Amino acid sequence: MTEIHHLHPHRHPAVPDDDGPLGYYQALEVAVRELLVEKGIFSGDDVRRAIEAMDARTPAQGARIVARAWTNPAYKARLLADGTAAARELGIDTAATRLIAVENTRLLHNLVVCTLCSCYPRMVLGLPPDWYKSRAYRSRAVREPRGVLREFGTVLPEDVEVRVHDSTADMRYLVLPERPDGTEGWSEERLAGLVTRDSMIGVTRCRL
Amino acid sequence: MLSPRFGLGARVTVRRADPPGHLRTPWYIRGQSGEIERLCGAFANPEELAYNRPGLPAQPLYRVRFHQCEIWPDYSGPAQDTVEVEIFQHWLEPAP
Repeated sequence: MTEIHHLHPHRHPAVPDDDGPLGYYQALEVAVRELLVEKGIFSGDDVRRAIEAMDARTPAQGARIVARAWTNPAYKARLLADGTAAARELGIDTAATRLIAVENTRLLHNLVVCTLCSCYPRMVLGLPPDWYKSRAYRSRAVREPRGVLREFGTVLPEDVEVRVHDSTADMRYLVLPERPDGTEGWSEERLAGLVTRDSMIGVTRCRL
Repeated sequence: MLSPRFGLGARVTVRRADPPGHLRTPWYIRGQSGEIERLCGAFANPEELAYNRPGLPAQPLYRVRFHQCEIWPDYSGPAQDTVEVEIFQHWLEPAP
């Protein structure tokens, strides 16, 4: 394509529009939603607000929990005993599900998956990454977790126990990663900056 | 709520069943044996909830710990690797 051609006014869109026909369940969702709005059960603005609230949750919430646990042993004990209550202490509501925090140590590495669908601790991590919902991750994380971890760049020694948590029902899991060496004396805020989404799913560790 | 049948550390076997409907017991764990890691509480039975029934009395829900090398005969990791799965009481039997 020549320079001249590029300057030409284009009649075709740069990216194809995503406006194919609705699938069966998409049409069903639209129909049910419109009926509920029409009947006054909720409004279009209620739906928008719920989506906005969902999108506003980010891994920063989980990072605050982890950083607090790293700096406050009493909080860490409460977190491991009752994750739901410990999240609430920081103003994070876990809604209908319950939160279980699982601690990584020198000899134990935790990894979270939902083999049945894509259950994810959205209240502390926000929306899940696409790979978490993929059939490949969901089947392989439980079948060959060390191979999956290796692909994420996490190679664990043979004497470490890899413990996979399959979120099959009403619990949601948050991995409490190990605090990296060299962070002695850091503030909670600075520590929270080290805590990534992936380290709280368990596919990697926290690093400086 | 139904009263919990299994205590901490009890050896249990997951029923090898295939009833129709909405199930929260993964295939790979049916017929496998493990031990009770904790009682999570009692929750309405999802197999009933899926059909808009109340799912009561609430079913005790456990986390059960299994050894990977017992689940997958060709598991390539070390013997201490485990997997924990949430399983409702009506799917569990005392291990033989």
